[in-house]
Amino acid sequence: MSAGGAVTNAAVREKPRVGAVWSQVVGQEPAVEVLAAAAESAAALVAGETTDSGAMTHAWLFTGPPGSGRSVAARTFAAALQCERGDGCGECGGCRTGLAGTHADVRLVVPEGLSISVAEMRSLVQVAARRPTTGNWQVVIIEDADRLTEGASNALLKAVEEPPARTVFLLCAPSDHPEDVSVTIRSRCRLVNLRTPPADAIARVLADRDGVEPTLAGWAASVCGGHVGRARRLATDEDARKRREAVLRIPLGLRRPADVFACADELIRTAEADATEESKARDESEQDALRTAMGSGGTGKGVAAAKRAAEAAVKQLEKRQKSRATRTQRDTLDLALVDLAGFYRDVLVTACGSNASLNHPDHAAQSAEAARQWTPESTLRRLEAVLECREAIGLNVKPRIAVEAMVTTLREG
Amino acid sequence: MTAPATRGPALHLVLGEEELLVERAVRAALDAARRTDPSADLTRVRVSELTPPMLAELVSPSLFSEGRVVVVEAAQEASQEIADAILSYVADPADGVVLVVVHTGGGRSKAAKGLPAALRKAGAEVTECPKITKPAERESFVRNEVRRAGGRIDAAGVVALVDSVGTDLRELSSAAAQLVADSGGTVDEEAVRRYHRGRADVSGFAVAEKAVAGDRAAALETVRWAQQIGVPHVLVADALADAVRTIARVAAAGRGNPNQLAGELGMPPWKIRKAQGQVRGWSTAGLAEAMRVAARVNADVKGAAADADYAVERAVLDIIAARERR
Repeated sequence: MSAGGAVTNAAVREKPRVGAVWSQVVGQEPAVEVLAAAAESAAALVAGETTDSGAMTHAWLFTGPPGSGRSVAARTFAAALQCERGDGCGECGGCRTGLAGTHADVRLVVPEGLSISVAEMRSLVQVAARRPTTGNWQVVIIEDADRLTEGASNALLKAVEEPPARTVFLLCAPSDHPEDVSVTIRSRCRLVNLRTPPADAIARVLADRDGVEPTLAGWAASVCGGHVGRARRLATDEDARKRREAVLRIPLGLRRPADVFACADELIRTAEADATEESKARDESEQDALRTAMGSGGTGKGVAAAKRAAEAAVKQLEKRQKSRATRTQRDTLDLALVDLAGFYRDVLVTACGSNASLNHPDHAAQSAEAARQWTPESTLRRLEAVLECREAIGLNVKPRIAVEAMVTTLREG
Repeated sequence: MTAPATRGPALHLVLGEEELLVERAVRAALDAARRTDPSADLTRVRVSELTPPMLAELVSPSLFSEGRVVVVEAAQEASQEIADAILSYVADPADGVVLVVVHTGGGRSKAAKGLPAALRKAGAEVTECPKITKPAERESFVRNEVRRAGGRIDAAGVVALVDSVGTDLRELSSAAAQLVADSGGTVDEEAVRRYHRGRADVSGFAVAEKAVAGDRAAALETVRWAQQIGVPHVLVADALADAVRTIARVAAAGRGNPNQLAGELGMPPWKIRKAQGQVRGWSTAGLAEAMRVAARVNADVKGAAADADYAVERAVLDIIAARERR
């Protein structure tokens, strides 16, 4: 992308002042440089100066592996754009509300369900056409742009192509490959590729920002596979640590045929428990709030009609909640599968005698043991089975069927 | 006003959900009433549309005391008010009026649930029409139907008829009557086959059962029938997966008393007993392969494959091939 190249050069020539707000973005120095330069150029545009550095543009696509902080980077960029001092100071109202996602001119689309619908995108396009009200820019952030349905991404197309002067689109997609986002959208955006953040950067941020004890922070950073959020969870949540242990016990724990079903059952049960726990916490209160908003419990004329409308709205809400529960279940399962895949990768790394760093350094003994027992071919077959299972769950296969087939292959090799 | 001595019971309770049988019971009550008074009048009304004054009007004797049959339908939806009205009428019935209460046996409100017991106590003639669900009940129903129509049917004929007509009682009943008329009284398998071809009911489970038993020809035939009559692919795929994993789980659990294993495996004992029979033909490697096939076809029928029909058929063949793997 020629425009992207120009930006990098400009950034190298005159290094922008990187504001405090960028400290949120962990271990992404190259991307931060580009974005800070863009924010600076944007501030100049707002002030009415004619800059033709070309550092700012109307649509950005943030890609990077899961957990690399795409959405954080997008939010930080939004905050820097809304900064009242123009450099992402991290202290003014614009920066704070932008980061928190409460700024009036920052529109966040965070899909909780399985996909983003056309209707949602159409209303978003209308919002995007407005001028900013209090801030400098009208910013639209779409997290998980890979969840846009085909229709939804078509609805978005025109707006991304030629937005009004003060509108910026920030799309995020979890991928090492920008090609996972449809070419029509991709070709209209400037690409910001985030890398897997280095472990010491993650450890530092855990210790500094979350106040995690340094050794624990170091451990969490080393086993999280470059996923900042996962590292934080592992560092702060005892249950998450236990669950990871349970998952990593699977590869060497499949001795008897019956173990297959016990392990598969445990994987599924944890995922289901996660989903029901979240539903329990939120579904009921959401429904109550909606019913209250629709005038439930009222008396007098027109109550019956209002009640019918309320029932329809509640039905719709239930549908969304179900989609959210399915997603929670899949996400939990996916975490476990990624941990498993990491283990088999470690076995391969050990078997090859490479000294690349391990995904689960704390389970080095087990992966060495496995590397002695299994041939590289069978390890590879197991790794394949894990990846196939992830794919199958994405294709809507019943989790239990997919997971049991996978664990069977894991035992067999 | 003198009531004829041959009058049937003045209060009927028709209890159950099997529509055909309910209809027959109502008809029988009407016929009984018409035997004594050929001009007897039939009124059908749903309980949800009925008000106590309306009921009072319906059941009050008329000036010329002609017979009257009042059918109160869907009495399980009765409100307290109506239930009370019915019971107070029952305590003091009018001459020449036959009241038929049709009730599914369920009901939401307390009054509706209690209605059958109260009517029984009041001496109602009860006709039970429970839903026919078991194959044996269905077969005996067919046999009775043929007998009613004045014919005879042998066991093979019954099986053939149920296979090809399905589970709908109305259809079974009319098919039976028709067959008796066409074949001159004696119905056998050949007579059934002359008029009925194909299979009306093929479930995914039938396909799965044939597939895990390794019966290639029968499995393929059932798959094709299932496709013909439009069994959703997803159901066939799920049934295949369920059959394979049941066998795999039971095989993994080893030999044991089905009743004891039931709790451990979370399956009913009959399912375990059946799977223990099926386990014999399978090797561990074969089962693993079959489980992968089941997972694959599950994705295929949900859009991963271009042709779901082909995907299901291939899965059936692959599962049989996996079984033969030693």
